[in-house]
Amino acid sequence: MIEAEGLGRTFKVRGSLVHAVRDLSFTVEAGEFVGCLGPNGAGKSTTIKMLTGILAPTTGRLRVAGFDPTRRRTALARRIGVVFGQRTTLWWDLPLKDSFELVRLLYKVDRVTFRRRLDELCEVLDLSHFLRTPVRQLSLGQRMRGEVAAALLHDPPLLILDEPTIGLDVVSKAGVRDFLGALNAERGTTVLLTTHDLGDVERLCRRVVLIDHGRLAFDGTVTQLRALVPGEVTIEDAVARLYLSSRPDPRTRHPRPAPDPPSVTA
Amino acid sequence: MRLIRYGFRRHATYWAAALAGAFTNTVFGILQAYVLIALWSTRPGLGGYDLADAVTFCFLAQAYIGPMQVFGGGLDLPERVRSGDVALDLARPASLQLWYLSEDLGRAAYLVIARSVPPTLVGALVFGIAPPAGPGTWAAFPVSVALAVLVSFGWRYLVALASFWVLDDRGLAIVSLIMTTFFSGLMLPLVIFPGWLGELARALPWAAMVQVPADVYLGTTSIGGALAFQAFWALVLLGLGAFVTAAARRKLVIQGG
Amino acid sequence: MSAVLRTYVLLVWTWTRAAAQYPVSFALMAAGVVVTGGLDIAVIWVIFSNTTTLGGFTLDEVMFLHGTAFLSFTVADLLFGNVDRIGRHIKAGTLDVMLIRPASLFVQVAADRFAPHRVGRVIQAAAVLSVGLARLDVPAGRTWMIPVMVVSGIVIFTALWALGGAVQFLLTEAPELANSLTYGGATLTQYPLSVYGDRLVIGVTFVVPLAFVNWQPGLYVLGRPDPLGLPYVLRFLSPAAALVTALAAALAWRAGIRRYRSTGS
Repeated sequence: MIEAEGLGRTFKVRGSLVHAVRDLSFTVEAGEFVGCLGPNGAGKSTTIKMLTGILAPTTGRLRVAGFDPTRRRTALARRIGVVFGQRTTLWWDLPLKDSFELVRLLYKVDRVTFRRRLDELCEVLDLSHFLRTPVRQLSLGQRMRGEVAAALLHDPPLLILDEPTIGLDVVSKAGVRDFLGALNAERGTTVLLTTHDLGDVERLCRRVVLIDHGRLAFDGTVTQLRALVPGEVTIEDAVARLYLSSRPDPRTRHPRPAPDPPSVTA
Repeated sequence: MRLIRYGFRRHATYWAAALAGAFTNTVFGILQAYVLIALWSTRPGLGGYDLADAVTFCFLAQAYIGPMQVFGGGLDLPERVRSGDVALDLARPASLQLWYLSEDLGRAAYLVIARSVPPTLVGALVFGIAPPAGPGTWAAFPVSVALAVLVSFGWRYLVALASFWVLDDRGLAIVSLIMTTFFSGLMLPLVIFPGWLGELARALPWAAMVQVPADVYLGTTSIGGALAFQAFWALVLLGLGAFVTAAARRKLVIQGG
Repeated sequence: MSAVLRTYVLLVWTWTRAAAQYPVSFALMAAGVVVTGGLDIAVIWVIFSNTTTLGGFTLDEVMFLHGTAFLSFTVADLLFGNVDRIGRHIKAGTLDVMLIRPASLFVQVAADRFAPHRVGRVIQAAAVLSVGLARLDVPAGRTWMIPVMVVSGIVIFTALWALGGAVQFLLTEAPELANSLTYGGATLTQYPLSVYGDRLVIGVTFVVPLAFVNWQPGLYVLGRPDPLGLPYVLRFLSPAAALVTALAAALAWRAGIRRYRSTGS
């Protein structure tokens, strides 16, 4: 579903080159549920933006859902659903229902399929009572459920979510998690999500990809992640340990001890 | 005084926008200059201006757009009324009007540098506009510009205050835009407006924002009369502003903020 | 192509419906654009209250030239003027959202917040052109050029908006730069180009082809010699100039998207 090989993206910041992502290679098979972790500024968002065709990679080869995201942006858009936790993909001033109708027309979903799909989504995501409310008046939890529904109306085989649970209360969070889990298990939709919430990872992801300093720092199962640290540890401990081990150590002579990640392909 | 400096610094962070604005003002200044040249070459001495005066006028008018905020706005008061934050402003011991005035003076001071100097320089280089003649003009011109900023603020503050009473202030913004662009002299010097329209335009407060300071620079008017005209309108508008501020405060108190 | 058009119409219709929910506001805004647009006409009126010719052209001729350019500009502004908001979309991150949709980015930006009240200015421009034409004695054999020049003008102005938008991928802070291209172009074409300096006229003939919006084809319609003595054939080249500008704009737009850096997290 996703094949990335030697992916890199540089930005020019005040004349000097910054490598936001470098030499990133990984694959995601159809039907997987993958969590993408990494400290702030590690290159997660840049990676997501390259996967969705928003940013063009500077180096490397990338195929998502069978397409090169930069060259075939619109073809790719029909095959993926995207949710941003921090910004809305809905039309702010329009009622939720009108946003859905626009999505239907933009993605060329026929009326019958749309009706059926919307009914399903309304039921499992419990949208019915705020369908007519303008998006700007929705609570964050309501809006996020609307976002997820909008991303799935065209039934994409791949769903990419950038911090979908950020800022949600416990109940909303659980609702979104349950829905994503079921979506993956029952419909076989491939899911890739980035998050800082390790609860998301523990409940949902069988596989974890960790990006740090723009490189792949870990790729393996949650069990393997935990096994990195001896003893009975929580996933938090393991991740914290990984984040810290890749920080440059001021005491060593080398500016950055090359992190030799225990890369285990699942 | 601190507020003036704050206004100056706050707007100095938008230097790229100011630079782009200066560029736009210069482009429009050049275009307008050609039109005025075409007009004055068929009617030399029109409105008491010679050709050089007309071209100078048009670059001065463009230079005033920034500091005089000729296109309106520049005050965030309407937004603060809509969001209700204005209650906090009114709770401050300082006068609301003075508060906004100080910030606006800072903004204008910055924009004189960032948006007035470039078009004037380009005008001087391309069309050879002349510097003001005589020390009297040199002394009076800055005073006239400062008074123009006061009149401009007085007007914009009144328009902004209207948002206490009017929910949709876009209609008002359009009326204000027309008055300030057309009756200030920005689009054409008021001296060539025909008949009664010209006399009316030259007596209205908007003339004090562009036409009068340009006349002071050109020396085509008596300095004393020009400054008195500007000072009169500044006092009237600021006085009205103070009066309406008090009414707005009462309205807010009655409605319970 | 038809899919692009469908998407555009769809988005425009959605925003028009949204605007129709506030009819008072709509009427007010429409009246507002008519009155502000009327200022340009008032300026021409004040000028001609002081003179009978400007740059060698009469009031009726200036109204014709202004009317055609104004019509091209207002139609382009109505349909695609929102492209100059792209800098704001870049800063607000809404461009990211448009990029994940299966539709042309240009169409999405142009149709976003479509402002139907701008139709008031189109009507006004058409009125100016009609009055100018009615008072002129244009030979019937030359009127065919009028629709050709208006359509070419629409394409040229749209291309300028796209160019201005493409520039904002590099300079998000400076939508005013783009404005000096588009609104500056509208102001320039408001008067016969004979009022401007020769170098400026050469520039807007061969670099930014604003002369092809109304000046060159207008000279043909009015049957006037070119004050600069440029080749007669230029009067018929507006469609070609429009095509070249559109191509350049399309290339710039694509280059702009490729240079897009996205913002924040």
